[in-house]
Amino acid sequence: MTQEPIGSPEIYRLQVNGESHDVQDAWLGESLLYVLRERLGLPGSKGACEQGECGSCTVLLDGAAVCACLVMAASATDADIVTVEGLAPDAALTDVQAAFLDEGAVQCGFCTPGLIVAVHHLLEHNPEPSTLETREALSGNICRCTGYGRIFAAVDAVVASRADQAAR
Amino acid sequence: MSVLTPSTIDEVLAHLAERPEALLLSGGTDVMVEINMAHRKAPAEVVALRRVEQLRLWRHNPSSEGTGGTVTIGSGLPYAEMEHGPLAELFPALAEAARTVGSPQIRAAGTLGGNLGTCSPAGDGLPVLFALDAIVHLRSIGGQRDVPVADFMVGVKQNVLEPGELVTGVTMPIRHGWQGYSKVGVRNAMVIATASACLAMDRDRGAVTLALGAVGTTIIRCRDAEGWLAGELDLSAEPLDISDAVAQEFGRRAAADARPIDDHRSTAAYRGHAVGVLSSRLLRRAAA
Ligand SMILES: Cc1cc2nc3c(=O)[nH]c(=O)nc-3n(C[C@H](O)[C@H](O)[C@H](O)COP(=O)(O)OP(=O)(O)OC[C@H]3O[C@@H](n4cnc5c(N)ncnc54)[C@H](O)[C@@H]3O)c2cc1C
Ligand code: FES
Ligand code: FES
Repeated sequence: MTQEPIGSPEIYRLQVNGESHDVQDAWLGESLLYVLRERLGLPGSKGACEQGECGSCTVLLDGAAVCACLVMAASATDADIVTVEGLAPDAALTDVQAAFLDEGAVQCGFCTPGLIVAVHHLLEHNPEPSTLETREALSGNICRCTGYGRIFAAVDAVVASRADQAAR
Repeated sequence: MSVLTPSTIDEVLAHLAERPEALLLSGGTDVMVEINMAHRKAPAEVVALRRVEQLRLWRHNPSSEGTGGTVTIGSGLPYAEMEHGPLAELFPALAEAARTVGSPQIRAAGTLGGNLGTCSPAGDGLPVLFALDAIVHLRSIGGQRDVPVADFMVGVKQNVLEPGELVTGVTMPIRHGWQGYSKVGVRNAMVIATASACLAMDRDRGAVTLALGAVGTTIIRCRDAEGWLAGELDLSAEPLDISDAVAQEFGRRAAADARPIDDHRSTAAYRGHAVGVLSSRLLRRAAA
């Protein structure tokens, strides 16, 4: 029993940030990054290199932090996709986003959405990472402005404030 | 263009039988770069493997002869799963190699099936498979073939995969003794190997295996260095006693087996030198 292929110009459906989105009349070789930005109106994920090098397109795909530019969107029809827009409801800031602002971890901001997703992913799996673990976890996210010091300071601030809240 | 998303190996094979030229898509970390950069003509048909749970499993096959048995790793298991945990304990060299691949995002997606499909001499999984004498399992609707990895990879980005065939996984023996992987590149993170080496002791057989990456058209097994070392020392002993002279000679012989070239990443001279240094360092680590 073989399933009918998705073939253009048919519709396929993606689950993004808990909502179902139809993608219509799209070329099926398009990356998830392109589909998110150009077809679904979700421009939070940034595209800089489109070859997996910079991490500015990082999204969660079934809970794994991956480069959206390396996901063929039409192959991810069953996946649970979370973008930077989906981390907090109604355009509120997450604690990680607030810490990036407070610590001055944003300059041009191009790398920021990918880093925010990567930091959420890191702290979900490892709430108190060592310095080395944080550096390793963020090694796929390139920032050409900040020199990373303030980004690591923002991570430390979130770790401290989450630990503080848990202790109360 | 069409995209199929089967969820079992049998469905994949049925699709491939109908469309032998279809492009298999695993983690997409090689395929999508080529599509995004338009180096690869858009494939007419894609069979995506991400829903095939069977390809993401690994299992220990115990042996009756009291040896460690073997482990079969599914072609769709991402590198992230090899870096830590039980699989990393069974194959420390594979864990070390997996940790050097790209970045966390690449390791969450990229697979050994894709490394074998691409078959770049700089692929970090491949020297480990060569050093551990891995068997590559291939299936098509017509049946199964088991091919030693050294026969699977036949040139730069060339393998014996036939249209309609799927790599389902690889099987490697569990060995007693130290094993490790080393790689040099222009920096630490996100770097393709300029030269790499995997060394694995095999105490039960009193042997060592050494495989070199990025210094030839395929991965190179250093039969000369391996045989020479086994003749010099009792490799079933623990701990190993490696003198500086032995480590140096081992590296010299490894470098002599390399067939490096000049390209945009490095020069033949540097690669040959580097791979010798990596090999003798690996041997020193095995004795430490
Ligand atoms: C930023 C970046 C950094 C990288 N760094 C490294 C690195 O440090 N070291 C390294 O080794 N590689 C690196 N790579 C390359 C790539 O990640 C690896 O080669 C990876 O193993 C590919 O696996 P994949 O599952 O993503 O393959 P895919 O892109 O899905 O497929 C690659 C090829 O294999 C074929 N294929 C896939 N699965 C199968 C199967 N089961 N049976 C038959 N054929 C199959 C595909 O048809 C295709 O031809 C990097 C890539 C990027 C984008
Ligand atoms: S745009 Fe995806 S990693 Fe750079
Ligand atoms: S703030 Fe500009 S790239 Fe990071």
